[in-house]
Amino acid sequence: MSALTTRLGEMHGKRGWIALAATFAVVGVVLPLVHMPDYLVALLGKFFCYAIVAIAMDLIWGFTGILSLGHGVFFAIGGYAIGMYLMLSIGEQGVYRSKLPDFMVFLDWKELPWFWRASDNFLFSCLAALVVPGLLAYVFGYFAFRSRIKGVYFSIITQALTFALMLLFFRNDTGFGGNNGLTDFKQLYGYPLADPHVKLGLYVITVVALFLTYLLCRFLVTAKVGRILRAIRDAESRVMFCGYDPKKYKLFVWTLSAVLCGLAGALYVPQVGIINPSEMQPSNSIEMAIWVAVGGRATLVGAAVGALLINAAKSYFTVALPEAWLYILGALFIAVTLFVPKGVIGSLDKSGRAFS
Amino acid sequence: MRSPTRNRSWLLAALFAFVALAWVGRSRPAWADDTLASDIDHLGSTDPVALHDTVDHLAKAGDARALPALQALDDGKLKMDTAGHAFIDDNGSVKSAVPGANRAPVGALTAVEVDNSMRRELGPALAALRLSAPEKDVRLAAAQELAGHPSDDATVLLRTAEKNEKDPDVHAEIVLALAQVDLASNDANRRLAAVVALQQSGDISFKGDMERLTTKDPQGEFNEPDPRVRQAAAATLKAIENKIALISVVGNLFYGISLGSVLLLAALGLAITFGLMRVINMAHGEMLMLGAYATFSVQNFFAAHFPNHMNWYLVAAVPAAFLLSFAVGVLLERTIIQRLYGRPLETLLATWGISLILIQTVRVIYGAQNVAVANPDWLSGGWQLLPGVVLTYSRLVVIVFSAAVLLFTWFVMNRTKLGLELRAVVQNREMAAAIGIATRRVDMWTFGIGSGIAGLGGVALSQLGNVGPELGQNYIVDSFMVVVLGGVGKMAGTVVGAMGLGIANKFLEPFAGAVLGKIFILGFIILFVQKRPQGLFALKGRFAEVG
Repeated sequence: MSALTTRLGEMHGKRGWIALAATFAVVGVVLPLVHMPDYLVALLGKFFCYAIVAIAMDLIWGFTGILSLGHGVFFAIGGYAIGMYLMLSIGEQGVYRSKLPDFMVFLDWKELPWFWRASDNFLFSCLAALVVPGLLAYVFGYFAFRSRIKGVYFSIITQALTFALMLLFFRNDTGFGGNNGLTDFKQLYGYPLADPHVKLGLYVITVVALFLTYLLCRFLVTAKVGRILRAIRDAESRVMFCGYDPKKYKLFVWTLSAVLCGLAGALYVPQVGIINPSEMQPSNSIEMAIWVAVGGRATLVGAAVGALLINAAKSYFTVALPEAWLYILGALFIAVTLFVPKGVIGSLDKSGRAFS
Repeated sequence: MRSPTRNRSWLLAALFAFVALAWVGRSRPAWADDTLASDIDHLGSTDPVALHDTVDHLAKAGDARALPALQALDDGKLKMDTAGHAFIDDNGSVKSAVPGANRAPVGALTAVEVDNSMRRELGPALAALRLSAPEKDVRLAAAQELAGHPSDDATVLLRTAEKNEKDPDVHAEIVLALAQVDLASNDANRRLAAVVALQQSGDISFKGDMERLTTKDPQGEFNEPDPRVRQAAAATLKAIENKIALISVVGNLFYGISLGSVLLLAALGLAITFGLMRVINMAHGEMLMLGAYATFSVQNFFAAHFPNHMNWYLVAAVPAAFLLSFAVGVLLERTIIQRLYGRPLETLLATWGISLILIQTVRVIYGAQNVAVANPDWLSGGWQLLPGVVLTYSRLVVIVFSAAVLLFTWFVMNRTKLGLELRAVVQNREMAAAIGIATRRVDMWTFGIGSGIAGLGGVALSQLGNVGPELGQNYIVDSFMVVVLGGVGKMAGTVVGAMGLGIANKFLEPFAGAVLGKIFILGFIILFVQKRPQGLFALKGRFAEVG
């Protein structure tokens, strides 16, 4: 028992745990109990999905020093996996009153393609939302890390990956609804998605997932693994000379990061009600990096805060001052890298532990 | 029948007599002119039989100068004056129907009526005259027209013309026209001759005909009863198919090289800023975009101030685009990128921010819609290499232009002081600084030139596709792929990378479609980089181990 408390103490000080519990209580318990307007539930739910992505991104970039410009792919694949389930559970309520999803009827397909067959199973789809991004990341990472691609080269080929997959998913023949993607969902596991209670439930699940993600990542980075990851970031060859195999650690954290993105995507799609290939635009993935940079790299909390801040700003400005948003976002990219390299939270953290 | 031959012998005589009056050769002896003039005037005859004879006579005489008069007769524009002379009334502008005759109409003009039977006669007569017209285009058009409306009369005319025609293009067209007529003939020998003639010409538009001749109809009978013709048709079909394959290869090669040179223009600047300076400039695509918008602005400036020299705006746009992108590049280097040397990932994010700002600025100034950049006259049209392969001038010029830019870059890198200093800085910054090279200044110039070259790429892009604020975004991934594929630090790598990607893209497109082709290529590059992270052309030596 004391071993556990020691371990928990390593993850956070007493005040840290209290702050964390308080935040969870407010966001996960109080907010759902007071009557939030529906739009706010949907908006916050979306932001918390992004926060999960940001934490996953921080794990790979902030702690391991690998900047991925392709995390949008894993997010989107997680979303597509659940989207396929949602699509099939529309059943015959679609426009064409067919068991097939509307876009397949429109393309004059007679039966489900093989990769859609199992998607009517909820558990399978949830699993696929985590496993498929993980598998893709594992295979991609295996080859990339094996040939010691690193730094900007890795960033560029991840960007090529997301670009290629975006083009692939844009095609109607690929079988994921082309441009329009998957949408018009009616119910999730029998619960109607339009019901405010269902929305609130999804919101709470997202909050729980966010905190669990955070705790998992916090656990990892305070463990020995975390120290090795940081050592890889700071001096990979020395890690190698010390007898560790950086490839394994990188592959592990890279795959985990992709799985977490898949989770975020799976939570995102039922709440937003649509998934389409534009989620894989290279610009989306780069924006994920700026969430982390603004919040503060290698802080985890900072990444989540960054995601919330920027997306809140985006929601506000794209409505209030649509012309100005790109200026603001662009200036943020420049200002953060030039003047606040530690990010908001990193700069607040006086111990300097967050980012070396 | 053939006037040019006679013309020429006469010209020869005239040449000896009046060297200075070589032009006389174009006119014909006086007696011929008299006949021509009287024939043309006789076109006004109200007697159908006389009119018929006259048209016949003119057609047989084969003098192309009667063409305007006959054409006018067909169009109902031929009019007679009271003195019995023929005139052409082209919407009010009246001139004599006899070429060269300087006559004014006497009295009122009356239109010459032509009935339908006359019109039927006029058609072949006109075509016959056109077949012997001095202008090559007219003869070509006439042969094509006769091929389209096969008739016995036309066949006779074509056979005569085939014997006399000297121009190879027109001759080929006449042979084709004859073959087309003969293919429909009931005489197996004529069909055979036609098929053989077609095999020699290899004209791909007869693929359907050849297929019909070699296949069976629904009842299981061969469409072509004669086995000799079938055999010849099979050979012709094969020749045509080979030709089509050749055309597609040549066409793909051309479009591939064209795409490759666009990629080269986009990637060349990047090869300098990324390849040599290790700066990940995500705003590089926007430098292309700025170049394209500079072209647009220069075009508008010319339209407003020098509307008579619109054709040359593109020439002025080249330095303008270079200077604009150069200036923006230098500004960025001085203010932002300079502070981020050695932090490539941060540079990546900051330059992405720059690209967002540049895109939005262009949107605010020019609007979010695409703007229209027109090709100057000298860039429209193309050069037909093979039937079905038209090398458009705009693409040819872009290929030449990118070669010129490549040469320019090579010159800067290898033959200027800046290039020498740059290479020194790239190889060993400290040592370069120690021997007195102002490394910071070299950085600034290099980044500026890299950006300026992208601006030049923008000029080329504006001639090939749409110009909009997102123009650069479409090229950024491709440009990086070129540099990654080609390897950093060597221009040859960039060239091979760009051309390889361009050509591979175009050859994959027919099999896989544009999108899948692109995906294959990206997948290939991702795999390729696994094998050779340093690219095709790796720098060797100590400085190769960077990043």
